[in-house]
Amino acid sequence: MFNRKFMEELFKPQELYSKKALRTVYDRLAHASIMRLNQASMDKLYDLMTMAFKHQVLLCPRPKDVLLVTFNHLDAIKGFIQDSPAILHQVEEIFRQLTEVKCFFLLCLWQTYGGLSAGEFQLIRQTLLTFFQDLHIRVSLFLKDKVQNSNGRFVLPVSGPVPWGTEVPGLIRMFDSKGKEVKKVEFKHGGNYVTAPKEGSFELYGDRVLKLGTNMYSMNRPVETHMSGASKNLAPRTQENIAPNPLAKEELNFLARLMGGMEIKKPSGPEPGFRLNLFTTDEEEEQAALTRPEELSYEVINIQATQDQQRNEELARIMGELEVTDQPRQSASKGDDLLAMMDGL
Amino acid sequence: MVAVDSQGPQDSAVRMFRRERSIPLRGSAAALCNNLSVLQLPSRNLTHFGVVHGPSAQLVSAAPEGVPLAQRQLHAKEGAGVSPPLITQVHWCVLPFRVLLVLTSHRGIQMYESDGSVMVYWHALDSGDASPGTWSGRILVFDIPAKGPNIVLSEELAGHQTPVTDIATEPAQGQDCVADMVTADDSGLLCVWRSGPEFKLLTRIPGFGVPCPSVQLWHGTVAAGYGDGQVRLYEAGTGTLHVQISAHARAICALDLAPEVGKLLSAAEDTFVHIWKLSRSPESGYTEVEHCHGECVPDTQVCGARFCDPSGSSFAVTGYDLAEILRFSSV
Repeated sequence: MFNRKFMEELFKPQELYSKKALRTVYDRLAHASIMRLNQASMDKLYDLMTMAFKHQVLLCPRPKDVLLVTFNHLDAIKGFIQDSPAILHQVEEIFRQLTEVKCFFLLCLWQTYGGLSAGEFQLIRQTLLTFFQDLHIRVSLFLKDKVQNSNGRFVLPVSGPVPWGTEVPGLIRMFDSKGKEVKKVEFKHGGNYVTAPKEGSFELYGDRVLKLGTNMYSMNRPVETHMSGASKNLAPRTQENIAPNPLAKEELNFLARLMGGMEIKKPSGPEPGFRLNLFTTDEEEEQAALTRPEELSYEVINIQATQDQQRNEELARIMGELEVTDQPRQSASKGDDLLAMMDGL
Repeated sequence: MVAVDSQGPQDSAVRMFRRERSIPLRGSAAALCNNLSVLQLPSRNLTHFGVVHGPSAQLVSAAPEGVPLAQRQLHAKEGAGVSPPLITQVHWCVLPFRVLLVLTSHRGIQMYESDGSVMVYWHALDSGDASPGTWSGRILVFDIPAKGPNIVLSEELAGHQTPVTDIATEPAQGQDCVADMVTADDSGLLCVWRSGPEFKLLTRIPGFGVPCPSVQLWHGTVAAGYGDGQVRLYEAGTGTLHVQISAHARAICALDLAPEVGKLLSAAEDTFVHIWKLSRSPESGYTEVEHCHGECVPDTQVCGARFCDPSGSSFAVTGYDLAEILRFSSV
């Protein structure tokens, strides 16, 4: 995921991904590892990610804090690698490359977004919120923590610290034409706010202060990831009836560039990886796949390289960087041969 | 001098509000600022509401008790591209001889007759820059005839370097107040103008690092709502700051005015809506503000709010992800 080419594509100015496109990229990312998930578990994992991120974006005190959330994500990933000395010992070279690449990512993030104005961050946040509009999937962890209501909507607390740079509401100040304060009146604003203690750090390393985006499973508690009644009591969801035409060349070009024509490895014989099931039993997983409501199906676009494609050197290098084990080099062409690349849409 | 708001019987007529019947929407409201427009038609016992959902905007007309009567959906004009354009604002412009409904997107400006039935004008915006939001900050002035589609772009005003967020106007108040238009932008800058055959920039009121998403003009006083939750009142002619209110704990998304009574409505992402009374002190002549009422819309990131009648005794609210228009009226 931290492959340099992939990241460069990510940081290019572009429009918000469609839901289909993002789900497709997510699918490929998950399968680029040794992890395997069935459709139902994949759907559930994606729902969980979507709702968690929606919560983080929605509750950001300032629009700029979306960047702090991303820093929290990255800090946590760094922590996963650093805290496993066993893995560290075995894959030292990989770790070194990953650290280098992660620094590159942080730097990109910092350079691209570090200098944006409050207005530009407001636009970014509003645009992200259009992606999450009308998603009200209930997550049992959120319901338990009273972060989400039973109708799937998030709780917006009216207490706690105000954002950095905002004053605690409750004061009206009046001035004369020379700027001298002539009257001060308090009013009851209805919330229970306090001053912000300090600003989160936007440096490569630092105390982010904000808790949004930190590991929600880090507390010691029995973790239930099943979504109770996700298909029941769902607020009427507006169908994305303007779904982008999957044959729109522009979007497919982007997806292909992004994934560098990755292949989903079809394991034959003894499986090298492991299969992740997000439900309690295999039967439950199957049942979930069958009963998933129509309006929540993601219609993942399948892009697979066929065997006799010619890949150019760039893509071959991407493939090499992405994979841990040795792979025989193949070649394929990108660009206008997209339709030929698509198998079983 | 420090005084605490006494919650006394003064202005009790508008102090207590109750929730009225909501108006359902086909699509939820998008997380835009100023995402509610209201056209009051008291002579026809009707109120029109306009809300942006995303690629579509929804118009609803309702009877006084909130019973929905008619619905219409409008879309932004399509063009080349992968996805349909998102609408950025829907707004009724009340002119002396007619009312126009204006729909904006990053592709351009669409103007309709007030019920949204007929598009009378389309102005395409240069899409020199692919990424939305990096707008030039230009203000376009259109000449509108009393009837028909003969709308002409008459002037382009330069005053802002960052995208313009809101425009407010009021009829000229006589010789003392020459300012009749104020524009705000993403950097928090306010420009105060005098309209005429050619518009004249009178004053610039600088920002302070946060956007100003919403602005109103009342009797020569500019009321501005900012991204840090502040409401500020300035004298339009000189740009002098007269009142500073720490009104909200999150970014303000909408301001509205009931001009007959000098009531100001502020709504923000902190779930609160506040009503303020503007006045001029008889002794000093300075603008004063008094807090009248605060309403919490639980767990809702408010994105639009408007008074529904000229006396400011009722108002409506929209929230991100909410598929209804909430209504409140005073008891």
